[in-house]
Amino acid sequence: MKIIACIKRVPTTDAQARIAPDGRSLDTSAFQYMTSFYDEIAVEQAIQTKEAAGGEVTVLTLGPAAATKEVRECIAKGADAGIILADSDWALRDCRATAKVLAAKISELGADIVFAGKMATDLDNSAVGQMVATLLDWACVADVTAITIADGKGTAKRETEDGVETVEFALPAVITCNKGLNEPRYAGLKGIMAAKKKPLDETAFEAVANQVEVSSLDLPPPRAAGRIVGAGAAAVPALIDALRNEAQVL
Amino acid sequence: MKNVLVYVEHADGAARRASLECIGAARAAGATVVCALTGPGAGGAAAGLGAHGASKAVCLTGAERFSPDALAKDLAAVAREHGAKAFLAAASITGRDLAARVAAHLDSALFTDCTGFAAEGDGFRVTRPWLAGKVIAQCTSSAPVFCATTRVNAFAAASGDGAVELSEKPASTDGKAVVVALAAKEGGVLDVKEAPVVVSGGRGLKGPEGFAMLEELAAAFGQAAVGASRAVVDAGWRPHAEQVGQTGKVVSPALYIAVGISGAIQHLAGMKTSGTIVAINKDREAPIFKLADYGIVGDAFEVVPELTKAVRALKAQG
Repeated sequence: MKIIACIKRVPTTDAQARIAPDGRSLDTSAFQYMTSFYDEIAVEQAIQTKEAAGGEVTVLTLGPAAATKEVRECIAKGADAGIILADSDWALRDCRATAKVLAAKISELGADIVFAGKMATDLDNSAVGQMVATLLDWACVADVTAITIADGKGTAKRETEDGVETVEFALPAVITCNKGLNEPRYAGLKGIMAAKKKPLDETAFEAVANQVEVSSLDLPPPRAAGRIVGAGAAAVPALIDALRNEAQVL
Repeated sequence: MKNVLVYVEHADGAARRASLECIGAARAAGATVVCALTGPGAGGAAAGLGAHGASKAVCLTGAERFSPDALAKDLAAVAREHGAKAFLAAASITGRDLAARVAAHLDSALFTDCTGFAAEGDGFRVTRPWLAGKVIAQCTSSAPVFCATTRVNAFAAASGDGAVELSEKPASTDGKAVVVALAAKEGGVLDVKEAPVVVSGGRGLKGPEGFAMLEELAAAFGQAAVGASRAVVDAGWRPHAEQVGQTGKVVSPALYIAVGISGAIQHLAGMKTSGTIVAINKDREAPIFKLADYGIVGDAFEVVPELTKAVRALKAQG
C-alpha cells in the first residue's frame, strides 16, 4: 500500500500567546514547536497500516525548513520518507490554500490512503483533510477512532454527538484521526539512526494565495476577578447564594 | 439582502438548538436564510423553521444512508442555486465535517467554530478563536462563498413570522463513504459541547470511581454533562469524548464547575469562555482559581456531595 501521513508543525500546547506589534499576527519569538497532537496519531496509524499490509509511508508537510525536525522524528518512528513543501508562511496559510497544495502533491505521488490529524492545534480549522479528499474526489472519514482496511475498502468508527457511527468507505481515502485510534509510539535509538539515511526532500511548489485576511488579533478579554467563597463543605451555601443571586445561573 | 444557506441538523422531528443558533447568527447579520436538511423527519423539522427566522427550506430526500461526501456535494449545489453569499453550519462534529467539504466544492476557505459573524461590505467578517481560544482573530475573506461553522452556545436563536417556503430536491446517493450503523448514546446523555452546565473532574478525584459523585451532581442539575481533564483521560479514567481542553473539546456552557482540576494552560483554553466558572480544589494556589468566578478551597469528596444535596433541594423547590 502507498500510505501518506500529513503532519503540521505547530506551537506546543503549553505555549503562551502574545500578539505582535502589527496587531494582526502572533509574536512567535518564544514559541517552541511540535508535530500537532492528532497528526502524531495519523503517523502512528500510517505505520501500523504498513506493518499490517506492507507498503511504504511518506510523511508530508507544508511547512518551514525547520520542520525537518518534526518530519525526521516521524521517519524515526517507522516512516520511509519525508517531503517538506517549503513555505515560510505556513503558519498562516489558510485551509483552502493548504489543502490545494497538499492535494496536488498527493495526486502527483499517488496513494491508497492518506492519514491526517483531525485538527491542527494552531488554527484549529479541522478542515484540511476533508478538503484534500474533496479536491481529489476521494472518500474521507473524519474524526476516526477505529479502522479496518481489507480488499480495497475500509470500515471506520467515529464518535458524534449522537453516538458512534460505523462508516464504510472506498479506497483511495483520506482518514482524519482522533484520539483513541491508537497510542503513538516513541522513536527508538535504532529508528533514529536509520532515519538519518532515509530520504527527506524539501521541495518548492506552486503557491496558492490565501483568501483569508486577518484584520486583527486580540488576547481574549480577561475575566473579572473572582473570589474564594470559603473553605470545605461549609462554603456550599455561600456558593449556592452566589450562583443564584449574583451569577443567576441557578 | 444576502442569501445565506444554513445546514440544519435535526432530531425527533425538530431542528437542533445548535442549528437554530446558526440561523440566528445569519439573521443577526441581516441575511435571508435558506435552510437545507436531510434524513428521516427532515420535512417536519423544516416546517418549524419559519418560527426561527428561516425564509426557505430545502429537504434533500431519497438518500437511505447518510454520506458526508454526497451530502456536501448536494449542499454546494443548493448554495449555488440560491446564489448564497455564505454557507453556515453549527460547529458540531457533523457540521464541521460537512462545512469543510462544502467549502472545497465552492473553492472557499472555511472559518471554524466562529463566535462572531457580521455583514461587512459585500461579504462577512467573523470572530474566531485560534490556539483553542488563547487568541481571538477577526477575519474577512475574498472567497466566492463565505463558509463558516458557528460555535454552539455562542449565538442566540432568532424568531420569525412562521412562514417558510418548503421545497424538495433528490439527494445524491453515490457517496464514497457511507454511515452504515449508529450505536446511539444512552438517552439523556448530553455532549459537553451542548450542555448548559458542565461538571468536570481532574486528577484530584483520585481515580475513575471519584467521577460517580460528579455524575450525581450533573444529574442534580438536570441539563448537565460530565467533563474531564486531559490527565484523567490519558490515565484512562474517562473517555476522550469528555475531554475539555486544547486537545479535547472547547466548551462554553453557562456554568462550568471544575473539580480537582489544577488548571493547565491547555485545559483553561478549552473552558475559559464559560459564563460562570466555579473551582473546587484543595490547593489554594491552583491556577484554576485565577480564572474562577467562585472558588471553594477544600476536599472535593466533602464539598461535592454537599453541593449535590443543595442543588437537589433547590431543584425540588422548583
